[in-house]
Amino acid sequence: MTRTAWAILRKDLQIELRTKESVPAMALFSVTVFVLFHFGLKRNEIEGDLAAGVLWVTLILATVLAVNRLFVNEREQGGIDGLLLAPIDRTAVFLAKAAALFLYLVLVEVVAVPAFALLLLGPDLLKPLPSLVAILLLADLGLAAVGALVSALAVETRARDLIVPLLLLPLLVPVAIAGANGTSPLFSGSQSPHELGKWLGLLGLYDMVFLLVSIAVFDFLLED
Amino acid sequence: MYGKGLRPLSIASAAALGTALGLIFFYAPLDADQGFIQKIFYVHVPLAIVALCGFMAAGIMGIRYLRSGDRSWDMRSYVAIHLSIVLAVGVLITGAIWAKASWGHWWVWDEPTLVSFLIIFLLYCCYQPLRFSIEDPERQARYAAVFSIVAGAFVPLNFVAVRLAQAFSHPRVLSTTGGNMPGSMRLTFLVSLLAIALLYITLWKLELTSKNATMQLKRLRRRLELELDEQHVAAGAPAPPVGTVPAQPVGD
Repeated sequence: MTRTAWAILRKDLQIELRTKESVPAMALFSVTVFVLFHFGLKRNEIEGDLAAGVLWVTLILATVLAVNRLFVNEREQGGIDGLLLAPIDRTAVFLAKAAALFLYLVLVEVVAVPAFALLLLGPDLLKPLPSLVAILLLADLGLAAVGALVSALAVETRARDLIVPLLLLPLLVPVAIAGANGTSPLFSGSQSPHELGKWLGLLGLYDMVFLLVSIAVFDFLLED
Repeated sequence: MYGKGLRPLSIASAAALGTALGLIFFYAPLDADQGFIQKIFYVHVPLAIVALCGFMAAGIMGIRYLRSGDRSWDMRSYVAIHLSIVLAVGVLITGAIWAKASWGHWWVWDEPTLVSFLIIFLLYCCYQPLRFSIEDPERQARYAAVFSIVAGAFVPLNFVAVRLAQAFSHPRVLSTTGGNMPGSMRLTFLVSLLAIALLYITLWKLELTSKNATMQLKRLRRRLELELDEQHVAAGAPAPPVGTVPAQPVGD
C-alpha cells in the first residue's frame, strides 16, 4: 500500500511541479492577505493574540484554495477512472492526497511565515522558532487529513467551490483554536511559552481522530 | 410499516410536554439570582441535549447505512439531522434570550457550550447543500452518510477544543449537568428532557412515515401509468394525460 501511495504522490507532485498551480497561488494569496490585514487593522506591527490570529486565519484560508484543487485534475481529466479501475487500496489514494496537501502546506509556510515575520510581526521570531515549527507541523497534519477528506466529499457536487469552504471552515475551528492559543505566547516576546503542551496535545488528538475517521470512511467516497 | 406506534407515541409526548410545562410554571421554585427568566433553562438545555444526541445518532445511522446499503437507514439519518438542525435554531435563540437576560448581552463568547454549539450548527447547515448538490441518488446517500459520520465524530472533539480555550471562563451560574440543583428543579428538568426527547422521536417518526408514504404513492402512480399505457396501446387509442387518473383508490 505504501508503494501505491508513494506512486500517486509522486504523480501529484510531478503535476504540481510542471503546472505550478497550487503552491504558488497559496503563497501569493497568503502574502496578499497579510497586506490586506495591514490595511484592515491599520497596524504596522502586530504581536501576541492579534498576530497569532492573523497568521492562522491566513493559513486556513490558503488551505481552502489547495483543497479546492486537490481532486480537480482527477475529475476533469478523467484520471479518477484510472485510479478506480486499478486494483489498489482506496486508503492509498487518501494517504497520497493527504501527503500531497501536507507538503503543499509546508512549502507555503516556508514562504508565508518569513513573509509574515517581515511584513507584520513585531517581536523577533528566531527564538521561539522551534516551538512554532512543532505547532505548524502538527496543525498541517490535521489540515491535510481533513482537507483531503473534504476535497473528496465535495468533488462530486455541482457547486464544488462553494461546498468546500462551507464544510471545511467549521471542521477546522479546533485547529484555529489550538494554533492561535499555542502561538500567541510565542509572538508576545515572552520567553517561556506556557501551556504549549496542552495545545500540542489537542492538535495531536485532532490529527489522530481525523486521520482514523478519514481512513475509515474514504473507501465509500470512491466506490464507483 | 413506519406509521406503527405513532399514535401512542404522540399522545405520550403531548402528555409529557403538558406535564413539563405545568411543572415549569407551577412546581419548580424561582431561582434566587435570576428569578423568572431562569425557567428558560428547562427548554434550552433539553433542546440542546436532544439536538446533539440527534446529530450523534444520525452518525450511527450513517454507519449502519454504509455497512448494510439499506436506503431506509440513509433516510433515517437524513431526517434526524434535519430535525436536529431545527432544534438547534431553537437552542441558539433561547440561549441568546437567556444570555441577554442574565448577562446583558445577546451573545457571550466566554460560554463554551454555546460557542461549540454554534460551530456545530454551522457545520451541519452544510449537510443539505452538500446532499442536494449531488445528483445520483445512490451516491447522494453514500456521501451524506460519510458527512454524518465525520461530523458526528467532530461533535465531541469540538466541545473539548472550545472548553480548553476558555481557561478563565465565568464561574458557572448553573451547572448544566444538574449536579447542584435542588430536587424539585432537577425533577422538572428531567421531565422536560423526557418531553423534548419524546417530541423529537415523534416528529422523526412522523416525517419518516410521510416520506415513505410519498415514495410509495409515487411508485404506485408510476405503475398505474404504465399499465394504463399498455391498455391504451392494446386498444389502439392514445393514452390520456396522467393528471386525469385518480390516485385515491390505489393509494393504500
